[in-house]
Amino acid sequence: MSVRYLSCGDTAFSVEFGNEISPEINGRVMALHAAIGQAKIAGVVETVPSMRALMVCYDPMTTSRAKLEPEIEGLVARGLPSGVKSRQVAIPCCYDDGEFAPDLAEVAERTKKKKEEVIALHLASRFKVYVLGFMPGLAYIAGLEKSLYLPRRSQPRVRVPRSTVAIAMDMTTIYPFESPGGWHLIGRTPLWMFDQRREQPVFLAPGDSLTFQRIDRKTYDRVAREVEAGTFDWAKLVRA
Amino acid sequence: MSAALKVVRPGLFDTLQDLGRIGYMALGMPTAGAMDRIALTLANALCGNPANTAGLEIGVIGPDLLVEADSVRVALVGPLSPSLIEGSHSSPDGPPKPLDSDRTHLLKRGQVLRVGMVEGSSTAYLAVAGGFGLHPFMGSLSTYVRAGVGGYQGRKLAAGDALPLAREQAPPGDEKKLGQPFDYGSGPVRVVWGPQDDYFSSKGRRTFVEADYRVSKEADRMGIRFEGPTIEHSKGADIISDGIGPGAIQVPGAGLPIVLLGDRQTVGGYSKIATVASVDLPRLGRLLPGQVVRFAPVTVEEAEKLRRDQEARVQRAIADFKTARPPGGIDLVRLYEENLIDGVVY
Repeated sequence: MSVRYLSCGDTAFSVEFGNEISPEINGRVMALHAAIGQAKIAGVVETVPSMRALMVCYDPMTTSRAKLEPEIEGLVARGLPSGVKSRQVAIPCCYDDGEFAPDLAEVAERTKKKKEEVIALHLASRFKVYVLGFMPGLAYIAGLEKSLYLPRRSQPRVRVPRSTVAIAMDMTTIYPFESPGGWHLIGRTPLWMFDQRREQPVFLAPGDSLTFQRIDRKTYDRVAREVEAGTFDWAKLVRA
Repeated sequence: MSAALKVVRPGLFDTLQDLGRIGYMALGMPTAGAMDRIALTLANALCGNPANTAGLEIGVIGPDLLVEADSVRVALVGPLSPSLIEGSHSSPDGPPKPLDSDRTHLLKRGQVLRVGMVEGSSTAYLAVAGGFGLHPFMGSLSTYVRAGVGGYQGRKLAAGDALPLAREQAPPGDEKKLGQPFDYGSGPVRVVWGPQDDYFSSKGRRTFVEADYRVSKEADRMGIRFEGPTIEHSKGADIISDGIGPGAIQVPGAGLPIVLLGDRQTVGGYSKIATVASVDLPRLGRLLPGQVVRFAPVTVEEAEKLRRDQEARVQRAIADFKTARPPGGIDLVRLYEENLIDGVVY
């Protein structure tokens, strides 16, 4: 599929590499992100990678769309390198409490499954972190079992609690803060995806391989206390 | 003793903001930053500060601030009802003195600045000469409340907070004022189609530019949810999530537009019909619930030119600052007031 250049007002445009989620397309996005960073093009303020597109933010006082687009086209035409390192991450998740999983029953009904089957499929999914975005520490994690695919809610919720685990389309996510959200809420992890006390405030990184590990409410409460106190050992979640 | 402005009584939603936390969207960090960059820029220029210095963004109701410094020069910019200054060395119980907006004021230790109400707009700004003595987070002092970062402890101001000042006393110099209030323009809000205008039917696109849209109560630093006729999709509301630029107008499945502002998420999965041209973002940042707007399309090139023309007008407004005291003469009004209130003769 050819590369498309889409307007995001007069201070940004989006370089779109395709209309699907795949490691190949995301690899091109991350490669252009790196290439623009190295090229240090005058007037480019920052670039924002997502699943299949790179948003290029610019300062219209310094440059213009007409001047920038050919420069970016040049970088794309010259060919982009690829290659991502991968960590294995296991995220504990509590699915049991109605308070943690207010949409579990609806997801089960709409996908014609029992609640336990929905949980089992979420646990069986082999996920990959594609992009961080929406807010600090929020990862878009693709690889959900196909039979759980649902569109987003038509009316987003105004408040979703921190550390809620949710699904929509072919992805899962973990809310790093209380925030608005349009996904289906099926569980909660005791972990904080963003903690400014840590040297690396954001836990997940693009390219991480990820699975969920079921925990009961008692374990949830214990881990939540450790996370709150700052004593939790994050390293044990990761296998290189 | 370190210099500070102490919050005696907080306003409704006061946060420190500069021109934004630039360069961290790739980590999912929103830019935040002043809702009305023009007013902040003018407030800073009045104080002699660089444009990107953090100032206090005042939402609807201003705070009461006690001066705990030898002196401090503040600039108030925006449609504020008269602010008041109370207390002084010689007559601590003297009558409060009204302070106009769109100019600087020299305040002294022990005085309390009662910032007025923001009228007909959602935001006004208070800048201090020399800026606030706080450490930036990821290169910026902009407060992003959802993550609890930036500004003063990552939150809106509360009673008892002491905002440290970078200077112990105001730099010498005359007080300055705007030649005239900045003209933000009127008429429709200019927008550029895209990035996903092709997700909407031609009927949907027509509705968007022909109908009136009213600011709902769900309006904050993250964005403004509008009420009005629903906008028809042709390819649905869901997209594969991509980057959200400032002023992006997303339309979820319910068909009503949401304009995304400084505290917006960096990436999102609803189709975006258009993006507010940067020239009109400060106007969006000033809107109040109940106000009605229309959207009018312009090209990228037109939007870039409008923005450059506006920046030139901001620079002209700065070049056009007036001295609040006539050059080479004596400000008789001020002399009179100072004699009555302070017993000081210039």
